[in-house]
Amino acid sequence: MTTLSLDHVSRWFGNVVAVNDITMTVGPGVTGLLGPNGAGKSTLINMMGGFLAPSTGTVTLDGQQVWRNEDIYRHIGIVPEREAMYDFLTGREFVVANAELHGLGAKAAQKALATVEMEYAQDRKIETYSKGMRQRVKMASALVHDPSLLLLDEPFNGMDPRQRMQLMDLLRRMGDEGRTVLFSSHILEEVEQLAWHIEVVVAGRHAASGDFRKIRRLMTDRPHRYLVRSSDDRALAAALIADPSTSGIEVDLAEGALRIQAVDFGRFTSLLPRVARDHGIRLLTVSPSDESLESVFSYLVAA
Amino acid sequence: MYDPTVARLTYRALLGRRRALILGALPLLLIAISVVVRGLAGADDQTASDLLGGLALATMVPIIGVIAGTGAIGPEIDDGSVVYLLSKPLKRPTIIFTKLIVAIAVTMVFSALPTLIAGFILNGNGQQIAVAYTIAALVSSIAYAAVFLLLGTVSRHAVVFGLVYALVWEALFGSLVPGARTLSVQQWSLAVADKVAGGDLISSDVGLTTATVLLVAVTVLATWYAGQKLRALTLAGEE
Repeated sequence: MTTLSLDHVSRWFGNVVAVNDITMTVGPGVTGLLGPNGAGKSTLINMMGGFLAPSTGTVTLDGQQVWRNEDIYRHIGIVPEREAMYDFLTGREFVVANAELHGLGAKAAQKALATVEMEYAQDRKIETYSKGMRQRVKMASALVHDPSLLLLDEPFNGMDPRQRMQLMDLLRRMGDEGRTVLFSSHILEEVEQLAWHIEVVVAGRHAASGDFRKIRRLMTDRPHRYLVRSSDDRALAAALIADPSTSGIEVDLAEGALRIQAVDFGRFTSLLPRVARDHGIRLLTVSPSDESLESVFSYLVAA
Repeated sequence: MYDPTVARLTYRALLGRRRALILGALPLLLIAISVVVRGLAGADDQTASDLLGGLALATMVPIIGVIAGTGAIGPEIDDGSVVYLLSKPLKRPTIIFTKLIVAIAVTMVFSALPTLIAGFILNGNGQQIAVAYTIAALVSSIAYAAVFLLLGTVSRHAVVFGLVYALVWEALFGSLVPGARTLSVQQWSLAVADKVAGGDLISSDVGLTTATVLLVAVTVLATWYAGQKLRALTLAGEE
């Protein structure tokens, strides 16, 4: 059982506060660190991994300081966001080197390569790898010593859906085995699919923490706004407002569209096409007008 | 103190295609010039000494030292791949010491060896000139590698600073301002060469004892400090 603890951690660069007084505990299982780009996720992960000193506060792993403590890496596996990784080596050479640096041998490396299913390309140079293959080899290098804590910075960036699913399966398995797995992401769906527990960071602050279902509910239960164009806007508006999933509709004459505020996201999305069909109305445009991640987060922060 | 895996990663990165070309070009140039000079002027001790002192020791050794010393760690820090070394239960001074050994070896192979060959071509090691300059190159390889490895650890512009030191301080400033010569790796190594060659073809502005003390002090201090800097190396996020 490995627990990573952040106690009133802040980090500033000159006048810019990147991380502002964050206290959190990350335990076994998969935890998602969610936040928009520039929220301070990488700074936070760098401090968790011992690559950056907190300006104030402490980061500890089972009570041991992380910063300036090389021995801590016996327990930590790190998958950095940056691409660079000794491209002149083959995948196998790279993972073997990582194993050796832990005092392990080729056997541990081979096992890690098998775990990430990269044996088929292990003798190719890393410079010929696709993004997803690189990500998997990085993952293998982080797994060679069987760490109890795995830190991954934006691991799904640039992966195709199949590679994403494979990596998710792998991380899920790691979490099921009782490891502490923390990954950062700015994409809600990724976190939702994978994390049991999420920590939300917005503008350097700890905005929310807890069970993803609870936070997701907060996110989905917020009023959603849609812009809808149809063959008969007024008839559609009349039919929709009768249902409790809709709390307000504005006929925007200038835009030639309806601005709809829905309070029950699930119900509204199934209601809209049904109502349109029943009334013989053609839907021309249905677009969410506040789905940007920032608006979701700002709603969360306010909640 | 020495980690064979770190060494392997370091020399493979150092001797990667492009860098190996640069490392190989200067020694080849030195040898080619030596062949031409010998062909045109015949074997002459003074010419041999001038060429080995002016081109090999004053220019080639420091430049090779810059490439090997900064190249042993700078690119890894720049592109972030050093994280794979730092995220291991490895003492930071072990990483630095290992990289220093590799940088020294590479500098020696690409500077001292060609110096020896060039010396034999120029005057067949008459008056021990080839051997003396080779020893000077070996000695200065150690100090240059240590200084430039430190530079590669602390600065992103290590190559530029390194070349400025090697070319402006050592070559230009040193020849104009006598005091600057006391603080010159080249002069320290010349003191050693002077001792080996005897005679008056090679001379240094620094005494052998001072030179030896300074060589050792600079090498040890630079290596120690690089280890300290690596311990506190901050990998900035990409945000």
